[in-house]
Amino acid sequence: MTEATTAKRAQLKPPISNVGVVGWLYTNLFSTWYNSLLTIIMLLMLAWSVPPLFQWAFVDSLWNSSAAACRDIDGACWSVIPNNFRFIILGFFPEGQEWRPILAMVLLLGLVIYSKERSRWKKSLAWLWLINLIVMGTLMYGGVLGMPVVETAQWSGLPLTLILSFFGMIVAYPLGILLALGRRSKLPAIKTLCVVYIEMIRGVPLISLLFMSSIMFPLFLPEGVTIDKVLRALVAIILFAAAYIAEVVRGGLQAMPRGQYEAADSLGLNYSNTMRLVILPQALKIVIPPSVGVLLSVFKDTSLVVIIALYDVLKTTMVTLSNPEWAGYSKESYIFLALLYFCFCYAMSSYSRRLEKELHTGH
Amino acid sequence: MSATSEIVMIDSQTSVSSEDAAKPIIEIREMHKWYGDFHVLSNINLQVLPKEKIVICGPSGSGKSTLIRCINRLEEHQRGQIIVNGTELCNDIKNIEKVRAEVGMVFQHFNLFPHLTIVENLTLGPIWVRKTPKKEAEEAAMMYLEKVQIAEQAKKFPGQLSGGQQQRVAIARSLCMNPQVMLFDEPTSALDPEMIKEVLDVMIGLAEEGMTMLVVTHEMGFAKSVADRVMFMDDGEIVEQNSPDVFFDNPQHERTKLFLSQIL
Repeated sequence: MTEATTAKRAQLKPPISNVGVVGWLYTNLFSTWYNSLLTIIMLLMLAWSVPPLFQWAFVDSLWNSSAAACRDIDGACWSVIPNNFRFIILGFFPEGQEWRPILAMVLLLGLVIYSKERSRWKKSLAWLWLINLIVMGTLMYGGVLGMPVVETAQWSGLPLTLILSFFGMIVAYPLGILLALGRRSKLPAIKTLCVVYIEMIRGVPLISLLFMSSIMFPLFLPEGVTIDKVLRALVAIILFAAAYIAEVVRGGLQAMPRGQYEAADSLGLNYSNTMRLVILPQALKIVIPPSVGVLLSVFKDTSLVVIIALYDVLKTTMVTLSNPEWAGYSKESYIFLALLYFCFCYAMSSYSRRLEKELHTGH
Repeated sequence: MSATSEIVMIDSQTSVSSEDAAKPIIEIREMHKWYGDFHVLSNINLQVLPKEKIVICGPSGSGKSTLIRCINRLEEHQRGQIIVNGTELCNDIKNIEKVRAEVGMVFQHFNLFPHLTIVENLTLGPIWVRKTPKKEAEEAAMMYLEKVQIAEQAKKFPGQLSGGQQQRVAIARSLCMNPQVMLFDEPTSALDPEMIKEVLDVMIGLAEEGMTMLVVTHEMGFAKSVADRVMFMDDGEIVEQNSPDVFFDNPQHERTKLFLSQIL
């Protein structure tokens, strides 16, 4: 200790029960008699449930065997995954062309990872996404550069899920922002239009929108005109998500103090600059947690496209299980699928937490 | 009302005597404003000459903030005319934006943009309204930060500054637009007592440089030393306006006397 610090008021150490391992155990697990009781009950339940689960999943399990070998064991038959991996992930995409959807997915995920850094959020990034969309579409559909055409009906598995969810989210979010701004517009026509749209969409389940897009919508088209089924599903998802995002964003706009609008106005900024530079950056930051909630549910809700006979990754897994050879291993398959979804969702939510932290400026 | 006609007389005299020297930069004629049915401002007539410093005081709810907020159209008036620097405020948004760019405003609660750094707060207006190149805007911003003695905080965010520092940044932000007129809406009312002086000092410096200023404030010391004219408002009307000496030593109106006796 230096002279200067000793001159100050003596700093006492906190009591032992507040710090360190003992302190942590005490405050979190054994602070009262009922807390201690709960701790003991939980420990007993863990002791009762974890070892058998561990036994099933890791000890008695087979990881890469034939279906016949699996019949003789009590544990998990993880072999169902590697044996059907190609079909679960890529579905009906033609044999020999696997590199195309795989490359498309790599490109998409690569761009998602590239987009994480805020310093890269420029106009060029939007162009990059547009180019990526075109390249992905070309890779998947083919018809050029000697790639045989693969109809969208054969697009399935994980690429389909990723296309529907990522492009759904990316288009729905700006659309939702416009709807939120429209709903707060002073022009009655725009306001009414946005309110009617948002309330109508929020009033129906996504399934009914998907049905409408796949069954009703074609009835209104003139003879001979067809719009691709995947595209129609994507549009339904976008329209649905945008309405929910609009309400989330509107919440953020309403949380903005009036002083921010007035300060921007008093500088002479016009409406679009006020929104773009002052209001939206703050409002969208406020609504990061609920926005991520909406985006996660969009991601998971894409699996509803099974009802209009699109084979997303959930459906391809179910198809695998309908194969008599692998029937009965649904536990293993669904655990795998859950982990797959979890990885994507967890990555998104942890990214949102990082973003929130980065955007915090001490106010 | 006798008081109102008296004011019109004073106004017309000043404008006649200084007509060749300068035309009024702000001219308000028979202006009325309502909030719903409530008549907030009644028959306001006011001329502000370039470089004039006007302090507006009055009890809360008297309409003094509303009056200066009408001058840059943060509030809309329903009758009469407001002409700022030759542009009349009407529903034309282009006119309004033009006036706002010429008129700086400092708020009671600073209203800095919390998501931008101090220097970004200052350059936002010049870059997007005046179309100044970024580098030039930043240099000007640093110059004004220097002036309000806060240049070392340029890279920080508003939330990391004290109230007095934030208000000085807010003043610098307005100055970056090179305004013809500065409006101050109770700039020291939200500050801790020990921070009032640093903000008033900046305002005094500005007054000395010849800025046209309209200041709504309860700082009577500031009014006495800086103002060319002190205006007293009550119940939505301009009750009395005069040079500070006359205003404080020899108030004409009963309501003014009552107000002064309560605050001094």
